[in-house]
Amino acid sequence: MPETLLFSLFSGIAIVASALVIGQRNPMYSIMLLITSFGALSALYIQLDAPFVAMAQIIVYAGAIMVLFLFVVMLLNAPQEDGAEWDRAHPLRRPGVSRLGALLAGLLIVQLVWALMRATDASTAVNASGDVAAISSVRSVGRVLFTNYVFAFEATSILILVAMVGAVVLAARESGR
Amino acid sequence: MDQATLRFVIQLLIIGFTFFMLINASALLVLAERKIMGFMQQRYGPYLVGPHGLLQPLADIVKLLFKEELRPKAADKWLFTLAPIISVTAAFAAFAAVPWGAETTFFGLLDTPVKLGVADVNVAVLVVFAITSMGVYGIVLAGWSSNNKYSLLGGLRSSAQMISYELAYATALASVIMLAGSLSLREVVDAQDGFWFRVIPRWYLFLQPIGFIIYAIAGVAETNRAPFDFPEAEQELVGGYNTEYSSVRFALFPQAEYINMTTMSAVATDLYLGGWHGVPFLDRLGLGWMVFLVKVGVILFTYIWVRWTVPRYRYDQLMQFGWKWLFPAAVVNLIATAALILYFNA
Repeated sequence: MPETLLFSLFSGIAIVASALVIGQRNPMYSIMLLITSFGALSALYIQLDAPFVAMAQIIVYAGAIMVLFLFVVMLLNAPQEDGAEWDRAHPLRRPGVSRLGALLAGLLIVQLVWALMRATDASTAVNASGDVAAISSVRSVGRVLFTNYVFAFEATSILILVAMVGAVVLAARESGR
Repeated sequence: MDQATLRFVIQLLIIGFTFFMLINASALLVLAERKIMGFMQQRYGPYLVGPHGLLQPLADIVKLLFKEELRPKAADKWLFTLAPIISVTAAFAAFAAVPWGAETTFFGLLDTPVKLGVADVNVAVLVVFAITSMGVYGIVLAGWSSNNKYSLLGGLRSSAQMISYELAYATALASVIMLAGSLSLREVVDAQDGFWFRVIPRWYLFLQPIGFIIYAIAGVAETNRAPFDFPEAEQELVGGYNTEYSSVRFALFPQAEYINMTTMSAVATDLYLGGWHGVPFLDRLGLGWMVFLVKVGVILFTYIWVRWTVPRYRYDQLMQFGWKWLFPAAVVNLIATAALILYFNA
């Protein structure tokens, strides 16, 4: 019973915080709410017997990426979203752009439903193999990551390297001028 | 009282004791800092309140509590209040995953031993790392919400500094984790039990000297202590992120800093100095936590010693040092450790 209660509590926090992120005029508040949402998600991971994923969530997203976000918002010094920015002439308000956005949102919902329908099968597979805690332990996560999913892992690191080289090139061009 | 109730009460007492010690640590460190600074500068330091100035922290607390609380009109109301709370909460919470003593039955009082420490988590290293990294939000938000140029600069410096030093810090940690083969601080400590050649304790300090130095430097930077106290930097930024704070809200920032120092030292003791091991006689009695306290005290003294002997870096030097020296050194150390582990295990 306490598990269900905690689950609804944390998922509720995650949903409400995520919804409020969009509704804020002040980007600083949005960032804080996003961090709250990440924290609630990580609490859900702990409930699912995946402490490693939970801590990775906090360290990577709440700890590192959001600090960067905060850094950028503070550097740009954008305390409020400008009202005048949202006039008809704004490129994001053109009808074609809005339609594309609606299409993408619809696609996302379809994808979500599809994933949820498949997820029921996957969870029975986990239950069949028994110990959930053993599957999500650091040791087994590492083993699977560097054997079964080694291609995805390496591909991701190359992608990050490309982004890094790109950032360096852009920064160097700026200062070289 | 039956065993289950007794166990529960003792667990609660351990948690209360940890909290009590942390609060006292911050008060004691304030006094220690001023006293040690005094001796280094050939003067007495606080001397009037109580014998030899021992009650000075108490007087400080009373003074801070009764000061007027000010909030600048243009400050962000919510974040200005939230910032010190985040700082101090993260500081206390991080210590929850740090074990500070071996399993003990309290001289036979309990039939099954209880672990000394608030929570025994199997990914304790990551928990401490994650929660201490949340503490930076307190400083950044304080800097931003004060609506003051100097505060904002302090907050910006803090976020940049944290991102650059956390990498080296985490990489140094990873080497120790590989040696111990576990993310649990308790298992890391227990892997350091015993002696080499009967004299040298099996501390990871001797296997990871470079790692320890990197950890120590990054730890000083993470806790915003001199010579890396850029977010405050009195001479350049007035008071940095806490310029606009007064009274209790102000007091929470130094308190968080001192508790963070204690956590950093406790984790260093667990990872590199064998935790509560080292004196077999006390270990057998179940009093290893006394050894732990002494080790933490030594590291804290070094912290203060460094602050009053090393002048502050320049900000660009700090970034250069972090990215171009500390992080590469940590990576080389990690690869060398991995190679040696493979060689000796094969």
